[in-house]
Amino acid sequence: MASIHELQRIATQVRRDILRQVHAVNSGHPGGSLGCTDFLTALYFHTLKHTPVPFDMDGQGQDLFFLSNGHISPVFYSVLSRSGYFPVDELKTFRKLNSRLQGHPTTHEKLPGVRMASGSLGQGLSVAIGAALSKKLNKDNTLVYTLHGDGELQEGQIWEAAMYAAAKKVDNLIATVDANGQQIDGSTDHVLSLGNLESKWQAFGWDVLHMDGNNMESVVSTLETAKSHTGKGKPVVILMKTEMGSGVDFMMGSHKWHGVAPNDEQLAKGLAQLEETLGDY
Amino acid sequence: MTTLFTYTDQQDTRSGFGAGLLELGRNNPDVVALCADLTGSLKMDAFEKEFPERFFQTGIAEANMIGIAAGMTIGGRIPFTGTFANFSTGRVYDQIRQSVAYSGKNVKICASHAGLTLGEDGATHQILEDIGLMKMLPHMVVINPCDFNQTKAATIAIASYEGPVYLRFGRPKVPNFTPADQKFEIGKAVLLKEGKDVSIFATGHLVWKALKAAEALMDKGIDAEVINIHTIKPLDEAAVLASVSKTGCAVSAEEHQRNGGLGDSIAQVLSRKLPKPLEYVAVNDSFGESGTPEELMVKYGLDTADIIKAAEAAIARK
Ligand SMILES: Cc1ncc(C[n+]2csc(CCOP(=O)(O)OP(=O)(O)O)c2C)c(N)n1
Ligand SMILES: [Mg+2]
Repeated sequence: MASIHELQRIATQVRRDILRQVHAVNSGHPGGSLGCTDFLTALYFHTLKHTPVPFDMDGQGQDLFFLSNGHISPVFYSVLSRSGYFPVDELKTFRKLNSRLQGHPTTHEKLPGVRMASGSLGQGLSVAIGAALSKKLNKDNTLVYTLHGDGELQEGQIWEAAMYAAAKKVDNLIATVDANGQQIDGSTDHVLSLGNLESKWQAFGWDVLHMDGNNMESVVSTLETAKSHTGKGKPVVILMKTEMGSGVDFMMGSHKWHGVAPNDEQLAKGLAQLEETLGDY
Repeated sequence: MTTLFTYTDQQDTRSGFGAGLLELGRNNPDVVALCADLTGSLKMDAFEKEFPERFFQTGIAEANMIGIAAGMTIGGRIPFTGTFANFSTGRVYDQIRQSVAYSGKNVKICASHAGLTLGEDGATHQILEDIGLMKMLPHMVVINPCDFNQTKAATIAIASYEGPVYLRFGRPKVPNFTPADQKFEIGKAVLLKEGKDVSIFATGHLVWKALKAAEALMDKGIDAEVINIHTIKPLDEAAVLASVSKTGCAVSAEEHQRNGGLGDSIAQVLSRKLPKPLEYVAVNDSFGESGTPEELMVKYGLDTADIIKAAEAAIARK
């Protein structure tokens, strides 16, 4: 298990990978990817009980993760490759023709580490509930994790799933919300206010935790707490405060970098803020 | 190399929608617009800016958006909804079916980023089934214009038509070649080039490619007729029959699945009234993938070369 310092070094490399992937094809979503980097790094390098090779779709005896906000594929691909699911060099093919690294994660091209297509928002929580129920039927006491955007919570299906998971005591499930307060057309407050998320999830019957998603210590310890809250009759949700574009100063503070790639100059400026710790692909 | 068709500028059809919507806003106070967190992508920002009280941001909640739009028709509004084609159709099919189509509500479902040409986002966003889904709904009008000017004209035209409409357009910049002052008539095919050897019926982004194919065919001594089917439903049966009775064979070309698209609509007409060979240029039972729009059109068989091949195959079957 990696130390906090090691996790931070990995996260820095992941942020470089994100910038380089989207820059190479002049498309993709750096903002949410950078904001969720610390979470996904901690999850894959510290929290999850998982076996990257050989990749097993059923994942029995392993914790499973579902990325519901599929547009942040650059961070997902970087973390999957850096934790051994597929060669890091394959990040070069991101969003290119004939690649396994599709714009949004898919199982269609059989990329190891992906268990469900995402991209059309709002579907991942239902899928995760299904996988969690399957684990219960298999008497498999490992856990199911998800990640959602906060804008994504505007989809009604999320709340159908939320109601189900609590009513049916799906307590082997830890959902995380990337509460960055931003989406495509502006801040979530401007587009469609989410109101009080904590009371909403509580009212739906979930065990609600909070964490600072861009502070590695907070992420690691909250994930440990979340684990200890499973198996007690309630699904767990972590409201994760992040900054869109975290780690690259000019990408932070607005929704502007949700889905825009940096140009050559911006790439250089961004990379200068991120030490190459594990070696670029 | 023959050149019959030229264009002065390249523009995205979604911008034609945005321009048409803005003009409607200025001329028709009943027109309202709804969008699900894709205002910039749908080019609805100009409308939002000028008519904030007639613009409704629903957030990422397409089902709710369709329902609200249906409700707004009660009281006389003419709602235009905007999101990507996938989230305008498959995502909300039952909401459209019950609250719009079956209830006979005057909602204009406007859908961008249709087909493969949205490019790098990949298959989750590249719907190739939307024409089929929408044309199966009773009384739904289905329109897929070919360029900026025609999309703008279609946007304006559908406001004066009473009833549900699906308007499909795309993301990439493509040749803008139809006249800016062309009147848009729902359900009326547009003859772009007369010919006697084969009829090419194209829709959307494939219309320009069909014209380029006709030029190349000319150099091979084949005189192709090219017809722009901007309205897939109701289909201009008379235009289809008139053309094929002259040429004796046909090609359909569309950025859509072969199953359920324009080609199938034409096949229905021909098999009932004028059995003649028809070749399809369409995606053959496959999802798309990430890539540049040009690469994808080639890989999935939707390029000019594919139309040329299909025309030759249709002629050979006469
Ligand atoms: C069903 C659906 N509707 C619309 C979109 C287009 N879209 C992609 S990302 C996005 C905004 C998502 O906001 P959020 O979940 O907060 O993610 P963030 O921008 O913070 O990364 C939208 C509207 C989509 N992918 N799926
Ligand atoms: Mg967000």
